[in-house]
Amino acid sequence: MKCRVCKGKAAIKIRRHNAAFCPEHFTEHAIRQVEKAIKDFDMIKPGDRLLLGVSGGKDSLALWDILTKLGYGVDGVYLELGIGGVDDHAYSDVSRRYCETFASNRGLKLEIVDLSTRYGFTIPEAATQTKRVPCSVCGLSKRYILNQAALDGKYDALVMGHNLDDEAATLMGNVLQWNTEYIGRQHPVLSASKDGLIRKVKPLIRLAERETAAYCVLNGIDYEVEECPMVEGNTGIKMKEWLNELEDRAPGAKHRFLFGYLERVSDRFATEQPELTICQSCGQPTTGATCAFCRLEIRMKS
Amino acid sequence: MKVVLRHPTREVEVDGLSTVSSVLKRLDILPDTVLVIRNGELLMSSEHLEPDDVIELRPVISGG
Ligand code: SF4
Ligand SMILES: [Zn+2]
Ligand SMILES: [Zn+2]
Repeated sequence: MKCRVCKGKAAIKIRRHNAAFCPEHFTEHAIRQVEKAIKDFDMIKPGDRLLLGVSGGKDSLALWDILTKLGYGVDGVYLELGIGGVDDHAYSDVSRRYCETFASNRGLKLEIVDLSTRYGFTIPEAATQTKRVPCSVCGLSKRYILNQAALDGKYDALVMGHNLDDEAATLMGNVLQWNTEYIGRQHPVLSASKDGLIRKVKPLIRLAERETAAYCVLNGIDYEVEECPMVEGNTGIKMKEWLNELEDRAPGAKHRFLFGYLERVSDRFATEQPELTICQSCGQPTTGATCAFCRLEIRMKS
Repeated sequence: MKVVLRHPTREVEVDGLSTVSSVLKRLDILPDTVLVIRNGELLMSSEHLEPDDVIELRPVISGG
């Protein structure tokens, strides 16, 4: 197959667009998709100070590169979760190094928040102590700390590297359970709330994860290829596998599922949002008296 | 040819096949769930392979 733009040798085919691209025009295509998502959902306002959560994986590093090429000034924050690994592959260390190399090569600002020195525990310790699935304590910690980092740094928005597959998998998981409250909260732009939730935006929503990985390979961006050793029990992965089976038979299914929801259905779920109050311990917004992260922190100290 | 798989990293020998899509089919891998890489370049499913090629099948699904 030939590149849709220049008719040169194609490097990647995107079935849902029924198109193939050479490396140069694929890169251009990916950048345009991010630009379109930002515009369609009104994600970023001129002059916004942006903080991107980077993990060392393909999505966040591809996004940092693309936003920089689009002319946005974006700082990065990496959360050191203290996750070890198999065969001497220390997952968190290696991931952090990919972020540091990326940032220093391009003169970008990267902040590192170490869970263990700042809060006194690592994700493996928290999972053991609470007997919960690692991804569940990890997810709540990441949400909390990223929000805090964005508030502390007086940023206007927190940028996240969730891609089309991530968002479709989350929606699918919530629809299969009819978790209407979570369904109503799913949007590529979550507005700031007066009680301290920072605005959150997801500019990769039009790119599948194969495309962010291809973007990294074709643009010489080294990223953490190995999977997190604590991923066991992560329900999102199962959803992704099912959606990939569906996509294989009906290219474009994932996009139609997610964007059909966002464009035509999401309004109907939008009202079911719980009242937020202020956590009595840390001041971040929560639905109870003490937020989930503070409860975890207290548990880890006892 | 030699095929490098990830999660965890390991190598398998695949013989008697000459295209990327036939290798993926033999290993029961959906084409859209991996990138196929040879010498740093992405390969399309239709790409022809030589017996002494080394290709990496890099999964693109991630959890966290
Ligand atoms: S896979 Fe789970 S434990 Fe690992 S980084 Fe992702 S959310 Fe955290
Ligand atoms: Zn081209
Ligand atoms: Zn709190």
